[in-house]
Amino acid sequence: MLITGTSRGIGAFLSGYYAEKGYQVFGCSRGPVDFELENYRHFCLDISDEKQVLAMFTDIRKACGRLDVLINNAGIASMNHVLLTPYATARGIVDTNIIGTFLFCREAAKLMQRHNFGRIVNFATVATPLKLEGEAMYAASKAAVVSLTQVLARELAPLGITVNAVGPTPVKTDLIRSVPREKMEALISRQAIPRFGNMEDIANVIDFFISPESDFITGQVLYLGGV
Amino acid sequence: MADREKILNILFSAIDDFNEIRPGEAPISKSKDTILFGSGGVLDSMGLVTFIVTSEQKIAEETGISITLADERAMSLRNSPFRTVGTLADYIHMLMAEQE
Ligand SMILES: NC(=O)c1ccc[n+]([C@@H]2O[C@H](COP(=O)([O-])OP(=O)(O)OC[C@H]3O[C@@H](n4cnc5c(N)ncnc54)[C@H](OP(=O)(O)O)[C@@H]3O)[C@@H](O)[C@H]2O)c1
Repeated sequence: MLITGTSRGIGAFLSGYYAEKGYQVFGCSRGPVDFELENYRHFCLDISDEKQVLAMFTDIRKACGRLDVLINNAGIASMNHVLLTPYATARGIVDTNIIGTFLFCREAAKLMQRHNFGRIVNFATVATPLKLEGEAMYAASKAAVVSLTQVLARELAPLGITVNAVGPTPVKTDLIRSVPREKMEALISRQAIPRFGNMEDIANVIDFFISPESDFITGQVLYLGGV
Repeated sequence: MADREKILNILFSAIDDFNEIRPGEAPISKSKDTILFGSGGVLDSMGLVTFIVTSEQKIAEETGISITLADERAMSLRNSPFRTVGTLADYIHMLMAEQE
């Protein structure tokens, strides 16, 4: 299994969660991880840098010869009114959230097709359907991830690969630290079940998508909290 | 740089791999004259996609060189490089020469 964005937040949790379940986990982020797990191997890279990504996939191919699951968790957000959003911020969001997700889907699918089996889980967000003000580029980038998920589901179905997405509600990680409290509460009150999400809520959805029995489930986006 | 003969052999071992991952389908024969794609070709469009990927992986494994076979140029050439195993070998040979 390969998980992106494992140095902290949801990705760090998922690394421990799946390593404990017995998966051989490969993880990556720009920075190192501060945990050590027996069946975990880390790569320091930027997920939008094609060269680095290709080199990592070559290593994985040499080490394992196969890849069954990809969890495209790495992502960045930036709370900003559109009038105050710098070009570099917008560019970074596009590169990480869209290009990074695309590159990993493409390279993972090349490995997965060899065994005619694969499970890809992408990360969407409730900010897209809730049209969250202040997160225009973030919401738009994740809308692109939804489209990518739905089209790839069709393109990769003949290769035995399913592609789905989980859409978390706010979870207390660094990603949302800069969002003002009132804004967060207003957002959460728009959910059918108005509470913060937790890591287990997300793992539960991923477990469902990657289970062997879910081979007839693809192109789906599952939003948490009843959004 | 890999010569044309070596590239053909790499493509033959890509064909072995490819035949293996598609049990139940008619195997592709290892000849430079095998018509891959287009009228009389053995591959449908999805088959061509997986064959290209398998070939790229084999080339990387055997030569350490990463090349992209299906770029805009390949798609726009009047004589498709994906017509036969031989034309594909020529195209790979050219791409590798350019990378030198
Ligand atoms: N937390 C929430 O409320 C929430 C809600 C909805 C959706 N999500 C989604 O859930 C996912 C995980 O979010 P999180 O809350 O865990 O975020 P986080 O705590 O900020 O962690 C993000 C992770 O991604 C890595 N990363 C960021 N940019 C990268 C790049 N260019 N290359 C490689 N790694 C990169 C970071 O590591 P480095 O900095 O070391 O590179 C870090 O490990 C994201 O896709 C996010 O959009 C989160």
